[in-house]
Amino acid sequence: MANDPIHQFQISKFFSLELGGVDFGFTNSSLFMAITVATVAGFLIMATSRRGLVPNRMQSIAELSYEFIAQTLRNTAGSEGMKFFPFVFSLFAFVLVGNMLGMFPYFFTITSHIIVTFALAMLVISVVIVYGFMKNGVKFLKLFVPSVPAWLLPLLIPIEIISFVARPLSLSIRLFANMLAGHITLKVFAGFVVTLSAFGAVGWAGAVLPFLLAVALTALEFLVAFLQAYVFATLTCIYLHDALHPGH
Amino acid sequence: METEAAKLIGAGLACTGMGGAGIGLGVLFGNYLSGALRNPSAAQGQFTNLLLGFALTEALGIFSLLIALLLLFVF
Repeated sequence: MANDPIHQFQISKFFSLELGGVDFGFTNSSLFMAITVATVAGFLIMATSRRGLVPNRMQSIAELSYEFIAQTLRNTAGSEGMKFFPFVFSLFAFVLVGNMLGMFPYFFTITSHIIVTFALAMLVISVVIVYGFMKNGVKFLKLFVPSVPAWLLPLLIPIEIISFVARPLSLSIRLFANMLAGHITLKVFAGFVVTLSAFGAVGWAGAVLPFLLAVALTALEFLVAFLQAYVFATLTCIYLHDALHPGH
Repeated sequence: METEAAKLIGAGLACTGMGGAGIGLGVLFGNYLSGALRNPSAAQGQFTNLLLGFALTEALGIFSLLIALLLLFVF
């Protein structure tokens, strides 16, 4: 089908490279991940190469994004959390640029595949668990024991454990589902325009409505692309807060 | 029942979950607006929290849409 709304998520391989039973082939997903990293790194390097006391336009953007994430991290995880700033900023920049690149027509959206977002979410949770045990030792398990009357504990501890285990799932599914559903919706409305315009003049008049809606949805998608990157970074900060201060 | 029909019915049923997200977004923005009208000077400070709540609530509606899409396109 020519205008299949999920055709845009197809992974195509440019070349394959089998090493010891593992395929290291280069796909369009890998290409766009490389472009994302190159964009972020290139922009930040360019913005900070000729830095001055009075920042020029690019340097202000770099400084604003730095301040934005630093503020979020300080507010949610405390000033102790600032040692995780490079981690959180890299995650935010990667997800944000990945989402935004996906908004270009015919570009591949890396965050619309659950394996990518799940890998990111597992990275976050692994950092939380490893750092939590490194810093607090066994006291990290206090995370699962809320301060309530003792008779409630048998009920609440399993709930806390389940909610902790569900975190990587909800973190990854939130990002992936938002990008997937948003892009499918855009394509479905664009498909309405094509289908309607096949009916001649009346169809052209009718096609105006889905066209306007597709334009409005594109604007909403840009908002969602930014918000989801922000939410991903914020939730990472909240989970890091648990690793730093496990007591409720 | 034919599988195709069951698939379509399931996708339709899955979409009813989005009503919950609609209610949630209504509560969220309604309460933000009423709070903002009572104390406009504090409204700007809570705007990021509003967006955070919007993204978290909207994600739940997207989950049910995702189930519907999976039923339609994957199975």
